Amino acid sequence: MKKVGNQSFLLSNPVKIVSTASIVGPKEKEGPLCEFFDQALEDEFWGEKSWEKAESKFIKETVNMAIAKSKIAQTDIELCFAGDLLNQCISSSFGLREINIPFFGIFGACSTFVEGMILASMAIDGDFATNVVCASSSHFCSAEKQFRFPLELGNQRPPSSQWTVTGSGSAVLSKNGTGPKITILTPGKIVDMGIKDANNMGAAMAGAAADTLLTHFKDTGRKPSDYDAIFSGDLGYIGKDILIDLAASKGYNIRANYNDCGVLIFDKEKQDTHSGGSGCGCIASVFSGYIYQMFQEKKYKKVLLMATGALMNSTSSQQGESIPGIAHAISIEA
Amino acid sequence: MDWFMVLKAFIVGGLICVIGQILIDKTKLTSARILVVFVTTGVILGGLGIYKYLLEFAGCGASVPLTGFGNLLAKGTIDAISEKGFLGIFTGGVTAAAGGIAAAVFFGYIASLVSKPKIKKQ
Repeated sequence: MKKVGNQSFLLSNPVKIVSTASIVGPKEKEGPLCEFFDQALEDEFWGEKSWEKAESKFIKETVNMAIAKSKIAQTDIELCFAGDLLNQCISSSFGLREINIPFFGIFGACSTFVEGMILASMAIDGDFATNVVCASSSHFCSAEKQFRFPLELGNQRPPSSQWTVTGSGSAVLSKNGTGPKITILTPGKIVDMGIKDANNMGAAMAGAAADTLLTHFKDTGRKPSDYDAIFSGDLGYIGKDILIDLAASKGYNIRANYNDCGVLIFDKEKQDTHSGGSGCGCIASVFSGYIYQMFQEKKYKKVLLMATGALMNSTSSQQGESIPGIAHAISIEA
Repeated sequence: MDWFMVLKAFIVGGLICVIGQILIDKTKLTSARILVVFVTTGVILGGLGIYKYLLEFAGCGASVPLTGFGNLLAKGTIDAISEKGFLGIFTGGVTAAAGGIAAAVFFGYIASLVSKPKIKKQ
């Protein structure tokens, strides 16, 4: 591994994404990307007693599915990086307590999935592991309870709010095998735009996204047009527009090939999801479903995947703190 | 039935809800804060003796929304002070509102026994 520029890392041996899996809930099933997910459920409880149990089942089944697809024996997978949005990452640790793979619970809010892939790539390129599994999940109902109000309150959602995706995505990364390759890592810095509205997280994260994106271009000497597509997740409609403007103000035009996973996963008009999707499960399921499939069909050869997170909790919101954002990017090439 | 009263109740109650909707759409106030604003407004209007005119005019249209609950707190406190003196400041409000509070807890509990929360459709 070689450091390039200020904060990017070029892997000596590109890490292969040998398999992915995605499972989503009923609202995502009605969305435009339905056909790309491995499984789309009718019941947000998935037969469980609570939403938290359901979310644990999402991540457990997704990880199992990704490992099964990879054709790598579970005992040959040496590390697991997983995270979610609930207090102390209980969806991941409860869901994966029987997996029997050394486990790192990580939190990067909605950036968790790519955070995990960066750590996994470093572990593999650094010869600490050969095969690593990454996953993250979110659930609309448990996230509303965690960050805003319990659904039983019957609260109205303001127009700037995003819709937490019910779903999970998982990827198996390996030194060997075939699949799209992770070539460059650009982990992001914490950027605080001073936004205090927990219902407008896209705006809170856009600054971090711009920082990581522009740093990536500067570090690597690449330009937006070098990529077939640039995906952020999950800035939503408001954050997406802010990022386009911020990039343009620094001389990078990303309008042509940039999109946001939170924008893609729902149909804004038909599904009334306000500012788009969000949550750890959003970029995880969109990457594991849609983007990975596009690589398989050879429609994409080079993609920049950048996950953004709003690093707040309900206590910090109540105490009037602003919302620091973060964004992690990886370059994936066929 | 006094249909004119029903119409007045509908319009006044509806307008109070419209204020709430505008607060949700145009401000960053959380729903919990909006509820508190409504109750406090009711207390102030009730304490100043203004809310009773709205009640006479619109009946349930003014008593059912949260401002009516605030008015009840104020009225109960004022009545209790005239009956019990100083202690009434503390006992009056909740005593007057006891029916509403106990009913909310009771029916909330009953509803939780017979129903299960679901995901929102929008």
